[in-house]
Amino acid sequence: MERPPSQSMLGIFRDPDDAARAVEGLRSAGVPGTDVEVLTDSPYPEGAFGEDHHRHRLYVFPFVGAACGLAVGLMLTISTQISYPMITGGKPVLSIPPMINVMYEGTMLGAILFTIIGIIFESRLPNLGPAPYDTRITEGYLGVLVTRTEGRASVAERALRDAGAVDIVGQPAAAGTSP
Amino acid sequence: MQERFDLAPTKVNEDLLRFPLHTPLWFWFAIVVLGAILGAGVIAFTFMVIVGLQPLGYNNTTYWAILITNFVFWVGISHAGVMISAILRLSQAEWRRPVTRAAEVLTVFALATAAIFPLIHTGRPWRLVYWFMPYDFARGIFPDVRSALIWDPSAIFTYLTSSALFVFIALVPDLAVARDRTTGWRHRFYALLAMGFHGSARQWRFQAIAGILLSALILPVFVSVHTIVSFDFSMALVPGWHTTVFGPYFVIGAVHSGVSAVATLMAVLRRIFHLEQYITPDHFDALGRLLVVVATAWLFFFMMDFYFGIFSQEPMELAVWQLRMFQMPYTFLFIVFIFAAYLIPVPIWLFRKARRNIAVMFWTSLLVNIGMWLERYILIVPPLSVKQPFPFTWNEVYQPQPIEFVLVAFSFALVCSGILLFSKLFPIIPLFDIKEGQILKRTVRIGRATVPAVIRE
Repeated sequence: MERPPSQSMLGIFRDPDDAARAVEGLRSAGVPGTDVEVLTDSPYPEGAFGEDHHRHRLYVFPFVGAACGLAVGLMLTISTQISYPMITGGKPVLSIPPMINVMYEGTMLGAILFTIIGIIFESRLPNLGPAPYDTRITEGYLGVLVTRTEGRASVAERALRDAGAVDIVGQPAAAGTSP
Repeated sequence: MQERFDLAPTKVNEDLLRFPLHTPLWFWFAIVVLGAILGAGVIAFTFMVIVGLQPLGYNNTTYWAILITNFVFWVGISHAGVMISAILRLSQAEWRRPVTRAAEVLTVFALATAAIFPLIHTGRPWRLVYWFMPYDFARGIFPDVRSALIWDPSAIFTYLTSSALFVFIALVPDLAVARDRTTGWRHRFYALLAMGFHGSARQWRFQAIAGILLSALILPVFVSVHTIVSFDFSMALVPGWHTTVFGPYFVIGAVHSGVSAVATLMAVLRRIFHLEQYITPDHFDALGRLLVVVATAWLFFFMMDFYFGIFSQEPMELAVWQLRMFQMPYTFLFIVFIFAAYLIPVPIWLFRKARRNIAVMFWTSLLVNIGMWLERYILIVPPLSVKQPFPFTWNEVYQPQPIEFVLVAFSFALVCSGILLFSKLFPIIPLFDIKEGQILKRTVRIGRATVPAVIRE
């Protein structure tokens, strides 16, 4: 167990209700919602801990990907037919209906690839920062992570302890592990 | 309806990471057996590369046979996974939780195996890049995008890439759990793949969106893939193949065999990994009900295919159906196929008690796939056998050769070993999904929010 070198603090909670109270306590103590994150080992309904609603642009990614995929599919089908203009079965060289299949697959592949990139980007992954973390979170405990604690560490620690934190990681007296 | 066990997060971690983190003796035995079959397949393929396609039973008219049957069969199996996963995610069916990942993994390995078979079938796979890769700038020869044989690789490539990425994205939270429970190289391996996932609300939110959004995007691809596979046949002017019903007929046939394969796989996983508390009779009950609907829809399209064939009164179409139904050995295969794919399993699945009996579900779902493999064989081989009734083909009947059966066994071993090795490295049941199900199974109040009990069955 090593001490994280960050200026963040992670309160470990056994009960989801305590974690929610900690978030509320931190807000009352003047810690902005953007500096508080709740870490869990499974998804909870959105807003269960009173956390802020983050805006995102994920829905743009599939459209951009689809447009790129369509363009590549169109380019591929047109260029290969023009490069080797073989007439088969009396069909025109640039025959649209058979091109639709490749263009469709290109569009869908582009949309899916960009969606994956969007999900990774919007999830802020890879997350290689030095924020405190504790392996107990994947055992069912909950973590309330307070970032940018400079000048308000004691206030944040008090709010976490008052809400029933079983441990605090990221402070001199506490212990924890990084991922 | 759901049997609900109370499972603490630590127990879920322990149960579902037991196999990835500990190696039982039977794993090595399975690897040896599967490795031997895979080795035999590689030897058979090498032999074919050296001597050509002569060891296969091909003749002047029947040049698509068991290898292409295998291709269509495994593409069909691959449809289960993402179809089940996507539809159940979109409909938020509660019983999806332990089923989704196994189904998705089955998709990936079945599709990868399917993609190998056209390559083997050509006999000269190294020349195959000319077929679908537009790279021959020196000679100015490029693939003909007007051919169904070009549409096929593009569809399979899209589906395989999408399915593999879908599996990976849904795996990230579980990789984080594995990272936290391991040391040494395993820890580094899982940490690298987990990309620093730490379970923030933002990350969970995008996990949830990813499941829905990717499902919605993959479903149209799933429909297109088997439709395009059906174009390999229906775009040809071969009697028995050239029919407009082939698109939906292939798709629903793929769903039928695929969902059955998922039921078989779930029964095997439950048994070998001791997942009795995670994969319960409820899941088989739900799969059985789904199968009754899917199988009956498939039967409708099969009947349509038959009806379209005989309604036109075209002599060649009638000859194909006559060969399929009234000439040995196809008569025997036809009877086995129709009984195995529908007449035996579906009446059994009508009974709740049978659907909740895991042994019954295992054997009936296995039977469906025997039937569906034969369906593809009967669909492909007889039409080619009557395609050109020249005098020199009168005595030529396609007879599968031993090397073809070795390659069939190879394909099964490849899919099994793929799933086994995946299960060895990663949890085959999504831990976070199970934990979420545990949290949501009763109404609880957390802070400002009331979390409803999950009632969607």
